[in-house]
Amino acid sequence: MTAFTNHFAFEFKTGLRNSTLLLMNYLFPLGFYAMMGLVMVEINPIFGDTMIPAMILFAMMASLLLGLPGPLVESREAGIFRSFKINGVPAFSILSIPALTTMFHALIVSAIIALTAAPLFGGLNPVNWGGFILITLLSAFSLGAIGALIGVIANNARSTVLWSQLVFLPSMLLGGLMMPLDILPESVRSFSALLPTTHAMQAYLGYAFGQETLFNPALSVSILTATGILAFGLAIYLFNWDSKSDARRGHPLMALLILVPYLLGLFLA
Amino acid sequence: MKEKIIQVENFSKVYGEFVAVDEISFQVERGEIFGLLGPNGAGKTSILECLEGIRKPSGGKLDILGVDPSREARKLNSLIGVQLQSSGLPANMHVEEAMRFFCSYHGVPARYDLLDRLGLKDKRDSQFQELSTGQQRRLALALAVAHNPPVIFLDEPTAGLDVGSRSELHSLMQEMKAGGSTIILATHDMAEAEKMTDRVAILLRGSIVAEGSPQDLTATGSGFTKVSIRTEQSLLQQNGTVFPAVSQRSVKDEYTIYFSVDPAPTVSALLAYLDEKEDKLIDLRVERPSLEERFLEITHAGGTQ
Repeated sequence: MTAFTNHFAFEFKTGLRNSTLLLMNYLFPLGFYAMMGLVMVEINPIFGDTMIPAMILFAMMASLLLGLPGPLVESREAGIFRSFKINGVPAFSILSIPALTTMFHALIVSAIIALTAAPLFGGLNPVNWGGFILITLLSAFSLGAIGALIGVIANNARSTVLWSQLVFLPSMLLGGLMMPLDILPESVRSFSALLPTTHAMQAYLGYAFGQETLFNPALSVSILTATGILAFGLAIYLFNWDSKSDARRGHPLMALLILVPYLLGLFLA
Repeated sequence: MKEKIIQVENFSKVYGEFVAVDEISFQVERGEIFGLLGPNGAGKTSILECLEGIRKPSGGKLDILGVDPSREARKLNSLIGVQLQSSGLPANMHVEEAMRFFCSYHGVPARYDLLDRLGLKDKRDSQFQELSTGQQRRLALALAVAHNPPVIFLDEPTAGLDVGSRSELHSLMQEMKAGGSTIILATHDMAEAEKMTDRVAILLRGSIVAEGSPQDLTATGSGFTKVSIRTEQSLLQQNGTVFPAVSQRSVKDEYTIYFSVDPAPTVSALLAYLDEKEDKLIDLRVERPSLEERFLEITHAGGTQ
Protein backbone atom coordinates (compact mmCIF):
# COMPACT_ATOMS: atom_id res chain seq x y z
CA MET A 1 0.00 0.00 0.00
CA THR A 2 2.90 2.36 0.79
CA ALA A 3 4.33 1.70 -2.67
CA PHE A 4 0.98 2.46 -4.28
CA THR A 5 0.58 5.64 -2.22
CA ASN A 6 4.09 6.87 -3.06
CA HIS A 7 3.65 6.04 -6.73
CA PHE A 8 0.23 7.70 -6.86
CA ALA A 9 1.54 10.82 -5.08
CA PHE A 10 4.48 11.07 -7.46
CA GLU A 11 2.36 10.66 -10.60
CA PHE A 12 -0.23 13.13 -9.33
CA LYS A 13 2.48 15.75 -8.67
CA THR A 14 3.94 15.04 -12.13
CA GLY A 15 0.63 16.16 -13.61
CA LEU A 16 1.30 19.57 -12.05
CA ARG A 17 5.12 19.79 -12.27
CA ASN A 18 5.38 18.87 -15.94
CA SER A 19 4.44 21.96 -17.93
CA THR A 20 3.02 19.97 -20.86
CA LEU A 21 0.82 17.92 -18.55
CA LEU A 22 -0.25 20.99 -16.61
CA LEU A 23 -1.31 22.51 -19.91
CA MET A 24 -3.22 19.40 -20.99
CA ASN A 25 -4.76 18.73 -17.58
CA TYR A 26 -5.82 22.24 -16.62
CA LEU A 27 -4.88 25.23 -18.73
CA PHE A 28 -6.05 24.01 -22.15
CA PRO A 29 -9.42 22.54 -21.06
CA LEU A 30 -10.27 25.36 -18.66
CA GLY A 31 -9.19 28.00 -21.17
CA PHE A 32 -11.27 26.37 -23.89
CA TYR A 33 -14.21 26.06 -21.48
CA ALA A 34 -14.01 29.76 -20.64
CA MET A 35 -13.80 30.67 -24.32
CA MET A 36 -16.75 28.46 -25.25
CA GLY A 37 -18.74 29.80 -22.33
CA LEU A 38 -18.15 33.38 -23.35
CA VAL A 39 -18.47 33.02 -27.12
CA MET A 40 -20.36 29.87 -28.07
CA VAL A 41 -23.34 30.42 -25.75
CA GLU A 42 -23.75 33.88 -27.32
CA ILE A 43 -23.67 32.49 -30.85
CA ASN A 44 -25.65 29.33 -30.23
CA PRO A 45 -27.77 29.43 -27.03
CA ILE A 46 -28.70 25.72 -27.44
CA PHE A 47 -25.08 24.90 -26.67
CA GLY A 48 -25.83 25.80 -23.04
CA ASP A 49 -28.05 22.69 -22.78
CA THR A 50 -25.13 20.36 -23.39
CA MET A 51 -22.32 22.62 -22.27
CA ILE A 52 -21.48 20.76 -19.05
CA PRO A 53 -21.09 17.24 -20.49
CA ALA A 54 -19.47 18.54 -23.70
CA MET A 55 -16.84 20.57 -21.84
CA ILE A 56 -16.21 17.76 -19.35
CA LEU A 57 -15.64 15.30 -22.17
CA PHE A 58 -13.36 17.80 -23.89
CA ALA A 59 -11.34 18.20 -20.67
CA MET A 60 -11.10 14.43 -20.31
CA MET A 61 -9.95 13.99 -23.88
CA ALA A 62 -7.30 16.70 -23.46
CA SER A 63 -5.79 15.08 -20.39
CA LEU A 64 -6.46 11.39 -21.02
CA LEU A 65 -6.05 11.14 -24.79
CA LEU A 66 -3.58 13.94 -25.50
CA GLY A 67 -1.73 14.16 -22.18
CA LEU A 68 -1.51 10.64 -20.77
CA PRO A 69 0.05 8.62 -23.66
CA GLY A 70 3.10 10.87 -24.28
CA PRO A 71 4.84 10.37 -20.92
CA LEU A 72 4.21 6.61 -21.14
CA VAL A 73 6.00 6.46 -24.50
CA GLU A 74 8.81 8.77 -23.36
CA SER A 75 9.38 6.75 -20.18
CA ARG A 76 9.61 3.52 -22.15
CA GLU A 77 12.03 5.04 -24.67
CA ALA A 78 14.19 6.62 -21.91
CA GLY A 79 14.67 3.28 -20.12
CA ILE A 80 12.61 4.35 -17.11
CA PHE A 81 10.38 1.28 -17.32
CA ARG A 82 13.48 -0.96 -17.33
CA SER A 83 14.59 0.70 -14.15
CA PHE A 84 11.10 0.23 -12.72
CA LYS A 85 11.05 -3.43 -13.69
CA ILE A 86 14.37 -4.13 -12.00
CA ASN A 87 13.07 -2.51 -8.85
CA GLY A 88 9.89 -4.54 -8.79
CA VAL A 89 7.36 -1.99 -10.05
CA PRO A 90 4.65 -4.11 -11.74
CA ALA A 91 3.40 -3.35 -15.26
CA PHE A 92 -0.10 -2.97 -13.85
CA SER A 93 1.04 -0.09 -11.62
CA ILE A 94 3.05 1.53 -14.41
CA LEU A 95 -0.10 1.75 -16.53
CA SER A 96 -2.88 2.11 -14.00
CA ILE A 97 -1.37 4.72 -11.68
CA PRO A 98 -0.67 7.40 -14.32
CA ALA A 99 -4.12 6.67 -15.79
CA LEU A 100 -5.73 7.03 -12.35
CA THR A 101 -3.89 10.25 -11.47
CA THR A 102 -4.71 11.76 -14.86
CA MET A 103 -8.34 10.77 -14.34
CA PHE A 104 -8.14 12.46 -10.96
CA HIS A 105 -6.92 15.69 -12.59
CA ALA A 106 -9.68 15.38 -15.20
CA LEU A 107 -12.27 14.90 -12.45
CA ILE A 108 -11.07 18.06 -10.67
CA VAL A 109 -11.55 20.02 -13.90
CA SER A 110 -14.93 18.29 -14.42
CA ALA A 111 -16.02 19.41 -10.97
CA ILE A 112 -14.97 22.98 -11.73
CA ILE A 113 -16.96 22.91 -14.97
CA ALA A 114 -20.00 21.27 -13.40
CA LEU A 115 -20.11 23.78 -10.55
CA THR A 116 -19.45 26.93 -12.55
CA ALA A 117 -21.13 26.43 -15.93
CA ALA A 118 -24.62 27.37 -14.72
CA PRO A 119 -23.75 30.47 -12.65
CA LEU A 120 -21.09 31.79 -15.04
CA PHE A 121 -22.45 30.96 -18.48
CA GLY A 122 -26.05 29.85 -17.98
CA GLY A 123 -25.28 26.20 -18.73
CA LEU A 124 -27.98 23.65 -18.00
CA ASN A 125 -27.43 21.67 -14.81
CA PRO A 126 -28.09 17.91 -14.70
CA VAL A 127 -31.44 16.76 -13.39
CA ASN A 128 -29.94 13.60 -11.94
CA TRP A 129 -26.64 14.34 -10.19
CA GLY A 130 -26.10 10.69 -9.20
CA GLY A 131 -26.36 9.60 -12.80
CA PHE A 132 -24.16 12.52 -13.84
CA ILE A 133 -21.39 11.48 -11.43
CA LEU A 134 -21.56 7.83 -12.53
CA ILE A 135 -21.41 8.70 -16.23
CA THR A 136 -18.51 11.10 -15.52
CA LEU A 137 -16.57 8.34 -13.74
CA LEU A 138 -17.38 5.84 -16.47
CA SER A 139 -16.28 8.25 -19.22
CA ALA A 140 -13.01 8.93 -17.39
CA PHE A 141 -12.40 5.20 -17.01
CA SER A 142 -13.11 4.53 -20.68
CA LEU A 143 -11.00 7.41 -22.04
CA GLY A 144 -8.21 6.71 -19.52
CA ALA A 145 -7.99 3.12 -20.69
CA ILE A 146 -7.85 4.25 -24.35
CA GLY A 147 -5.09 6.73 -23.43
CA ALA A 148 -3.09 4.00 -21.69
CA LEU A 149 -3.53 1.73 -24.72
CA ILE A 150 -2.24 4.46 -27.05
CA GLY A 151 0.76 4.92 -24.75
CA VAL A 152 1.52 1.21 -25.02
CA ILE A 153 1.19 0.77 -28.78
CA ALA A 154 2.75 4.04 -30.01
CA ASN A 155 6.40 3.61 -31.06
CA ASN A 156 7.51 7.19 -30.57
CA ALA A 157 6.32 10.74 -29.88
CA ARG A 158 5.19 11.26 -33.47
CA SER A 159 3.03 8.16 -33.64
CA THR A 160 1.62 8.99 -30.21
CA VAL A 161 0.28 12.27 -31.55
CA LEU A 162 -1.08 10.48 -34.61
CA TRP A 163 -2.96 7.82 -32.62
CA SER A 164 -4.24 10.36 -30.08
CA GLN A 165 -5.50 12.73 -32.76
CA LEU A 166 -7.10 9.83 -34.60
CA VAL A 167 -9.44 9.44 -31.62
CA PHE A 168 -9.51 13.06 -30.41
CA LEU A 169 -10.43 14.98 -33.56
CA PRO A 170 -13.43 12.92 -34.76
CA SER A 171 -14.60 12.55 -31.15
CA MET A 172 -14.49 16.31 -30.79
CA LEU A 173 -16.17 17.11 -34.09
CA LEU A 174 -18.61 14.24 -34.53
CA GLY A 175 -19.19 12.97 -31.01
CA GLY A 176 -22.05 15.34 -30.21
CA LEU A 177 -19.88 17.79 -28.26
CA MET A 178 -20.08 20.73 -30.64
CA MET A 179 -23.34 19.92 -32.43
CA PRO A 180 -26.23 17.54 -31.78
CA LEU A 181 -25.95 14.12 -33.42
CA ASP A 182 -29.36 14.39 -35.05
CA ILE A 183 -28.24 17.16 -37.39
CA LEU A 184 -25.48 14.93 -38.81
CA PRO A 185 -26.10 13.02 -42.09
CA GLU A 186 -27.00 9.35 -41.62
CA SER A 187 -23.63 8.04 -42.87
CA VAL A 188 -21.69 10.35 -40.55
CA ARG A 189 -23.95 9.38 -37.67
CA SER A 190 -23.04 5.72 -38.21
CA PHE A 191 -19.40 6.67 -38.08
CA SER A 192 -19.93 8.69 -34.92
CA ALA A 193 -21.33 5.56 -33.28
CA LEU A 194 -17.75 4.24 -33.35
CA LEU A 195 -16.58 7.07 -31.05
CA PRO A 196 -16.43 6.91 -27.25
CA THR A 197 -17.60 10.51 -26.75
CA THR A 198 -20.77 9.83 -28.77
CA HIS A 199 -21.79 7.17 -26.27
CA ALA A 200 -20.64 9.26 -23.30
CA MET A 201 -22.82 12.16 -24.52
CA GLN A 202 -25.78 9.83 -25.11
CA ALA A 203 -25.38 8.37 -21.61
CA TYR A 204 -25.19 11.87 -20.09
CA LEU A 205 -28.25 13.08 -21.97
CA GLY A 206 -30.27 9.98 -21.16
CA TYR A 207 -29.35 9.42 -17.52
CA ALA A 208 -28.18 12.79 -16.18
CA PHE A 209 -30.10 15.41 -18.18
CA GLY A 210 -33.35 13.53 -18.86
CA GLN A 211 -33.26 14.33 -22.55
CA GLU A 212 -34.13 12.22 -25.57
CA THR A 213 -31.28 10.26 -27.07
CA LEU A 214 -30.46 8.90 -30.48
CA PHE A 215 -29.04 5.63 -29.09
CA ASN A 216 -30.28 3.60 -26.16
CA PRO A 217 -28.30 5.08 -23.23
CA ALA A 218 -28.08 1.65 -21.58
CA LEU A 219 -26.32 0.40 -24.69
CA SER A 220 -23.98 3.43 -24.56
CA VAL A 221 -23.15 2.69 -20.91
CA SER A 222 -22.42 -0.93 -21.82
CA ILE A 223 -20.19 0.13 -24.70
CA LEU A 224 -18.24 2.57 -22.51
CA THR A 225 -17.79 -0.08 -19.82
CA ALA A 226 -16.67 -2.69 -22.35
CA THR A 227 -14.28 -0.15 -23.93
CA GLY A 228 -12.66 0.59 -20.59
CA ILE A 229 -12.21 -3.04 -19.63
CA LEU A 230 -11.08 -4.13 -23.09
CA ALA A 231 -8.68 -1.21 -23.65
CA PHE A 232 -7.03 -1.58 -20.26
CA GLY A 233 -6.80 -5.36 -20.66
CA LEU A 234 -5.17 -4.91 -24.08
CA ALA A 235 -2.81 -2.27 -22.68
CA ILE A 236 -1.61 -4.70 -19.99
CA TYR A 237 -1.32 -7.53 -22.52
CA LEU A 238 0.61 -5.49 -25.10
CA PHE A 239 2.76 -3.65 -22.54
CA ASN A 240 6.46 -3.63 -23.31
CA TRP A 241 9.18 -2.70 -20.81
CA ASP A 242 11.39 -1.21 -23.48
CA SER A 243 11.27 -0.72 -27.22
CA LYS A 244 14.21 -3.11 -27.80
CA SER A 245 12.65 -5.90 -25.80
CA ASP A 246 12.19 -9.20 -27.61
CA ALA A 247 9.50 -10.32 -25.20
CA ARG A 248 6.46 -8.36 -26.45
CA ARG A 249 3.22 -10.29 -26.48
CA GLY A 250 0.91 -9.75 -29.42
CA HIS A 251 0.97 -7.27 -32.28
CA PRO A 252 0.13 -3.60 -31.63
CA LEU A 253 -2.67 -3.82 -34.21
CA MET A 254 -4.51 -5.99 -31.68
CA ALA A 255 -5.44 -2.62 -30.15
CA LEU A 256 -8.09 -2.31 -32.87
CA LEU A 257 -10.07 -4.93 -30.94
CA ILE A 258 -11.44 -2.05 -28.87
CA LEU A 259 -13.68 -1.33 -31.84
CA VAL A 260 -15.57 -4.59 -31.24
CA PRO A 261 -18.04 -3.16 -28.66
CA TYR A 262 -18.80 -0.26 -31.01
CA LEU A 263 -19.38 -2.54 -33.98
CA LEU A 264 -21.62 -4.74 -31.84
CA GLY A 265 -23.40 -1.57 -30.73
CA LEU A 266 -24.04 -0.60 -34.35
CA PHE A 267 -25.45 -4.04 -34.98
CA LEU A 268 -27.69 -3.95 -31.90
CA ALA A 269 -28.86 -0.35 -32.28
CA MET B 1 34.87 -23.57 -0.76
CA LYS B 2 32.77 -20.41 -1.03
CA GLU B 3 29.12 -20.47 -2.08
CA LYS B 4 28.47 -19.92 -5.78
CA ILE B 5 26.14 -16.94 -6.02
CA ILE B 6 25.95 -16.61 -9.79
CA GLN B 7 26.21 -19.54 -12.17
CA VAL B 8 26.25 -19.06 -15.92
CA GLU B 9 26.34 -22.23 -18.03
CA ASN B 10 26.61 -22.30 -21.81
CA PHE B 11 24.69 -19.05 -21.96
CA SER B 12 24.05 -17.50 -25.34
CA LYS B 13 22.09 -14.53 -26.60
CA VAL B 14 21.15 -14.10 -30.23
CA TYR B 15 19.42 -11.10 -31.86
CA GLY B 16 18.09 -12.28 -35.22
CA GLU B 17 21.19 -13.50 -37.04
CA PHE B 18 23.62 -11.73 -34.72
CA VAL B 19 25.21 -13.79 -31.96
CA ALA B 20 25.88 -11.34 -29.13
CA VAL B 21 26.97 -13.97 -26.60
CA ASP B 22 28.19 -17.38 -27.64
CA GLU B 23 27.81 -20.19 -25.07
CA ILE B 24 29.82 -18.73 -22.24
CA SER B 25 30.15 -20.13 -18.73
CA PHE B 26 31.43 -18.59 -15.51
CA GLN B 27 30.69 -18.55 -11.81
CA VAL B 28 30.87 -15.86 -9.17
CA GLU B 29 31.37 -16.62 -5.47
CA ARG B 30 29.88 -14.86 -2.46
CA GLY B 31 31.69 -11.66 -1.57
CA GLU B 32 33.55 -11.45 -4.86
CA ILE B 33 33.85 -8.39 -7.05
CA PHE B 34 33.76 -9.83 -10.55
CA GLY B 35 34.68 -7.62 -13.48
CA LEU B 36 33.24 -7.92 -16.97
CA LEU B 37 35.67 -6.28 -19.38
CA GLY B 38 35.55 -5.96 -23.10
CA PRO B 39 35.40 -3.50 -25.96
CA ASN B 40 32.05 -2.08 -27.10
CA GLY B 41 29.86 -4.80 -28.60
CA ALA B 42 31.68 -7.60 -26.78
CA GLY B 43 28.45 -8.81 -25.14
CA LYS B 44 28.77 -7.31 -21.64
CA THR B 45 25.41 -5.55 -21.72
CA SER B 46 23.62 -8.64 -23.07
CA ILE B 47 25.04 -10.72 -20.21
CA LEU B 48 24.06 -8.12 -17.63
CA GLU B 49 20.57 -7.62 -19.06
CA CYS B 50 19.85 -11.35 -19.05
CA LEU B 51 21.19 -11.74 -15.50
CA GLU B 52 19.06 -8.78 -14.43
CA GLY B 53 15.96 -10.37 -15.97
CA ILE B 54 15.46 -7.61 -18.53
CA ARG B 55 16.00 -9.96 -21.47
CA LYS B 56 15.54 -13.68 -21.96
CA PRO B 57 18.55 -15.84 -22.82
CA SER B 58 18.57 -17.64 -26.16
CA GLY B 59 20.22 -20.70 -24.66
CA GLY B 60 22.00 -22.07 -21.61
CA LYS B 61 21.31 -21.62 -17.94
CA LEU B 62 21.49 -18.62 -15.63
CA ASP B 63 21.18 -18.90 -11.87
CA ILE B 64 21.35 -16.22 -9.17
CA LEU B 65 21.07 -17.72 -5.68
CA GLY B 66 18.87 -20.50 -7.04
CA VAL B 67 16.63 -18.13 -9.00
CA ASP B 68 16.24 -18.22 -12.78
CA PRO B 69 16.23 -14.52 -13.78
CA SER B 70 14.06 -15.05 -16.85
CA ARG B 71 11.31 -16.89 -14.97
CA GLU B 72 11.23 -15.60 -11.41
CA ALA B 73 11.28 -11.81 -11.72
CA ARG B 74 9.61 -11.17 -8.36
CA LYS B 75 12.14 -13.24 -6.40
CA LEU B 76 14.97 -11.73 -8.39
CA ASN B 77 14.02 -8.13 -7.50
CA SER B 78 14.86 -8.60 -3.83
CA LEU B 79 18.14 -10.36 -4.62
CA ILE B 80 19.69 -7.86 -6.99
CA GLY B 81 20.46 -4.17 -7.07
CA VAL B 82 21.22 -2.64 -10.45
CA GLN B 83 22.88 0.58 -11.44
CA LEU B 84 22.04 0.91 -15.10
CA GLN B 85 24.35 2.68 -17.54
CA SER B 86 21.55 5.12 -18.33
CA SER B 87 20.09 6.13 -15.01
CA GLY B 88 16.44 5.75 -16.07
CA LEU B 89 14.47 7.94 -13.70
CA PRO B 90 11.60 10.29 -14.51
CA ALA B 91 12.95 13.79 -15.24
CA ASN B 92 10.85 15.54 -12.62
CA MET B 93 11.27 13.01 -9.81
CA HIS B 94 12.94 14.54 -6.77
CA VAL B 95 15.99 12.84 -5.27
CA GLU B 96 14.31 12.13 -1.95
CA GLU B 97 11.14 11.08 -3.73
CA ALA B 98 13.11 8.56 -5.81
CA MET B 99 14.59 7.01 -2.68
CA ARG B 100 11.16 6.76 -1.07
CA PHE B 101 9.58 5.42 -4.27
CA PHE B 102 12.02 2.57 -4.92
CA CYS B 103 12.43 1.60 -1.25
CA SER B 104 8.67 1.34 -0.88
CA TYR B 105 8.52 -1.07 -3.83
CA HIS B 106 11.28 -3.13 -2.18
CA GLY B 107 9.39 -3.01 1.11
CA VAL B 108 12.26 -1.42 3.06
CA PRO B 109 12.58 1.95 4.84
CA ALA B 110 14.02 4.77 2.73
CA ARG B 111 17.83 5.05 3.07
CA TYR B 112 18.33 8.81 3.09
CA ASP B 113 21.72 8.26 4.78
CA LEU B 114 23.01 6.89 1.46
CA LEU B 115 22.12 10.17 -0.25
CA ASP B 116 24.15 12.06 2.32
CA ARG B 117 27.04 9.66 2.00
CA LEU B 118 27.14 9.92 -1.77
CA GLY B 119 27.22 13.71 -1.67
CA LEU B 120 23.55 14.31 -2.48
CA LYS B 121 22.59 15.87 0.85
CA ASP B 122 22.02 19.29 -0.68
CA LYS B 123 20.21 17.84 -3.68
CA ARG B 124 17.42 16.02 -1.87
CA ASP B 125 14.78 18.43 -3.18
CA SER B 126 16.24 18.70 -6.68
CA GLN B 127 14.58 17.10 -9.66
CA PHE B 128 16.48 14.35 -11.45
CA GLN B 129 16.82 16.51 -14.58
CA GLU B 130 18.55 19.22 -12.51
CA LEU B 131 21.37 16.90 -11.40
CA SER B 132 24.76 16.69 -13.12
CA THR B 133 25.73 13.41 -14.80
CA GLY B 134 27.87 12.47 -11.83
CA GLN B 135 25.08 13.23 -9.39
CA GLN B 136 22.63 11.18 -11.46
CA ARG B 137 25.01 8.21 -11.36
CA ARG B 138 25.50 8.56 -7.63
CA LEU B 139 21.74 8.62 -7.13
CA ALA B 140 21.35 5.53 -9.31
CA LEU B 141 23.95 3.78 -7.18
CA ALA B 142 22.25 4.80 -3.93
CA LEU B 143 18.96 3.43 -5.26
CA ALA B 144 20.62 0.20 -6.40
CA VAL B 145 22.01 -0.64 -2.96
CA ALA B 146 19.29 0.87 -0.75
CA HIS B 147 17.50 -2.46 -0.20
CA ASN B 148 20.77 -4.15 0.75
CA PRO B 149 20.69 -6.79 -2.01
CA PRO B 150 23.13 -9.72 -1.89
CA VAL B 151 24.03 -9.23 -5.57
CA ILE B 152 24.81 -5.84 -7.12
CA PHE B 153 25.30 -5.07 -10.80
CA LEU B 154 27.24 -1.93 -11.57
CA ASP B 155 27.46 -0.82 -15.19
CA GLU B 156 30.20 1.80 -15.67
CA PRO B 157 29.57 3.14 -12.16
CA THR B 158 32.35 5.73 -12.13
CA ALA B 159 31.85 7.18 -15.62
CA GLY B 160 31.46 10.94 -15.22
CA LEU B 161 32.42 10.98 -11.54
CA ASP B 162 35.01 13.32 -10.03
CA VAL B 163 37.93 11.96 -8.02
CA GLY B 164 36.25 12.39 -4.64
CA SER B 165 33.01 10.67 -5.67
CA ARG B 166 34.95 7.91 -7.34
CA SER B 167 36.93 7.25 -4.20
CA GLU B 168 33.73 7.29 -2.12
CA LEU B 169 32.15 4.82 -4.53
CA HIS B 170 35.14 2.52 -4.29
CA SER B 171 35.07 2.51 -0.52
CA LEU B 172 31.32 1.84 -0.62
CA MET B 173 31.99 -1.12 -2.91
CA GLN B 174 34.61 -2.47 -0.53
CA GLU B 175 32.20 -2.04 2.35
CA MET B 176 29.47 -3.92 0.51
CA LYS B 177 31.93 -6.67 -0.33
CA ALA B 178 33.03 -6.91 3.30
CA GLY B 179 29.36 -7.20 4.23
CA GLY B 180 29.07 -10.28 1.99
CA SER B 181 27.58 -8.65 -1.13
CA THR B 182 28.64 -9.97 -4.49
CA ILE B 183 29.33 -7.33 -7.12
CA ILE B 184 29.39 -7.64 -10.89
CA LEU B 185 31.25 -4.67 -12.30
CA ALA B 186 31.14 -3.87 -16.01
CA THR B 187 33.69 -1.22 -16.81
CA HIS B 188 35.98 0.19 -19.45
CA ASP B 189 38.24 1.57 -16.73
CA MET B 190 41.08 -0.94 -16.46
CA ALA B 191 42.70 0.82 -13.50
CA GLU B 192 39.41 0.52 -11.65
CA ALA B 193 39.06 -3.14 -12.58
CA GLU B 194 42.62 -3.85 -11.48
CA LYS B 195 42.13 -2.08 -8.20
CA MET B 196 38.65 -3.26 -7.30
CA THR B 197 38.02 -6.72 -8.72
CA ASP B 198 38.94 -10.14 -7.39
CA ARG B 199 38.48 -11.75 -10.80
CA VAL B 200 37.69 -10.54 -14.28
CA ALA B 201 36.43 -12.05 -17.49
CA ILE B 202 37.60 -10.41 -20.70
CA LEU B 203 34.99 -10.67 -23.44
CA LEU B 204 35.53 -10.42 -27.13
CA ARG B 205 32.86 -10.91 -29.78
CA GLY B 206 30.56 -12.70 -27.33
CA SER B 207 33.13 -15.14 -25.94
CA ILE B 208 35.27 -15.12 -22.82
CA VAL B 209 38.87 -14.94 -24.01
CA ALA B 210 40.52 -14.64 -20.60
CA GLU B 211 39.38 -15.15 -17.03
CA GLY B 212 41.15 -14.91 -13.70
CA SER B 213 42.43 -12.48 -11.11
CA PRO B 214 43.99 -9.29 -12.50
CA GLN B 215 47.32 -10.48 -11.08
CA ASP B 216 47.07 -13.86 -12.82
CA LEU B 217 46.08 -12.27 -16.11
CA THR B 218 48.90 -9.73 -16.10
CA ALA B 219 51.38 -12.49 -15.23
CA THR B 220 50.38 -14.66 -18.17
CA GLY B 221 50.88 -12.12 -20.94
CA SER B 222 54.02 -11.53 -22.95
CA GLY B 223 55.50 -11.06 -19.49
CA PHE B 224 57.64 -7.98 -19.92
CA THR B 225 58.31 -6.19 -16.67
CA LYS B 226 59.43 -2.61 -17.03
CA VAL B 227 62.61 -1.77 -15.06
CA SER B 228 63.30 1.97 -15.07
CA ILE B 229 66.58 3.20 -13.61
CA ARG B 230 68.15 6.62 -13.06
CA THR B 231 71.71 7.18 -11.88
CA GLU B 232 73.90 10.11 -11.01
CA GLN B 233 76.30 9.77 -13.94
CA SER B 234 73.75 8.29 -16.37
CA LEU B 235 76.28 5.66 -17.40
CA LEU B 236 73.56 3.25 -18.46
CA GLN B 237 72.28 5.71 -21.03
CA GLN B 238 75.67 5.91 -22.69
CA ASN B 239 76.52 2.25 -23.27
CA GLY B 240 74.75 -0.79 -24.61
CA THR B 241 75.76 -3.32 -21.96
CA VAL B 242 73.56 -6.40 -22.17
CA PHE B 243 71.86 -7.51 -18.96
CA PRO B 244 70.22 -10.88 -18.30
CA ALA B 245 66.57 -11.47 -19.33
CA VAL B 246 66.29 -8.09 -21.06
CA SER B 247 64.63 -8.14 -24.44
CA GLN B 248 64.42 -4.41 -25.15
CA ARG B 249 66.05 -1.19 -23.93
CA SER B 250 64.99 2.43 -24.34
CA VAL B 251 65.84 5.83 -22.93
CA LYS B 252 63.32 8.37 -21.75
CA ASP B 253 64.32 11.64 -20.08
CA GLU B 254 66.89 10.70 -17.44
CA TYR B 255 65.71 7.09 -17.18
CA THR B 256 67.01 4.02 -18.91
CA ILE B 257 64.16 1.53 -19.35
CA TYR B 258 64.65 -2.24 -19.68
CA PHE B 259 61.86 -4.66 -20.62
CA SER B 260 62.65 -7.89 -18.82
CA VAL B 261 61.06 -11.32 -18.91
CA ASP B 262 62.56 -12.07 -15.48
CA PRO B 263 63.17 -8.91 -13.44
CA ALA B 264 65.13 -10.46 -10.52
CA PRO B 265 68.38 -11.28 -12.41
CA THR B 266 68.01 -8.09 -14.44
CA VAL B 267 67.85 -5.88 -11.33
CA SER B 268 70.70 -7.79 -9.61
CA ALA B 269 72.95 -7.41 -12.63
CA LEU B 270 72.09 -3.72 -12.98
CA LEU B 271 72.94 -3.00 -9.34
CA ALA B 272 76.19 -4.99 -9.59
CA TYR B 273 77.14 -3.05 -12.72
CA LEU B 274 76.52 0.33 -11.03
CA ASP B 275 78.50 -0.78 -8.00
CA GLU B 276 81.39 -1.82 -10.20
CA LYS B 277 81.35 1.46 -12.15
CA GLU B 278 80.80 3.51 -9.00
CA ASP B 279 77.68 5.21 -10.43
CA LYS B 280 75.21 6.13 -7.71
CA LEU B 281 71.58 4.96 -7.95
CA ILE B 282 68.97 7.77 -7.74
CA ASP B 283 65.74 5.92 -8.62
CA LEU B 284 64.76 2.38 -9.52
CA ARG B 285 61.23 1.38 -10.53
CA VAL B 286 59.99 -2.12 -11.32
CA GLU B 287 56.54 -2.17 -12.94
CA ARG B 288 54.57 -5.26 -13.80
CA PRO B 289 52.45 -5.03 -16.95
CA SER B 290 49.11 -3.39 -16.13
CA LEU B 291 45.73 -4.98 -16.73
CA GLU B 292 45.16 -2.36 -19.40
CA GLU B 293 48.28 -3.46 -21.29
CA ARG B 294 47.23 -7.08 -20.96
CA PHE B 295 43.69 -6.23 -22.06
CA LEU B 296 44.98 -4.44 -25.15
CA GLU B 297 47.32 -7.33 -25.87
CA ILE B 298 44.46 -9.83 -25.71
CA THR B 299 41.92 -7.79 -27.63
CA HIS B 300 44.39 -6.75 -30.35
CA ALA B 301 45.37 -10.35 -30.80
CA GLY B 302 41.68 -11.12 -31.35
CA GLY B 303 41.49 -13.36 -28.32
CA THR B 304 43.79 -15.99 -29.73
CA GLN B 305 46.11 -15.97 -26.70
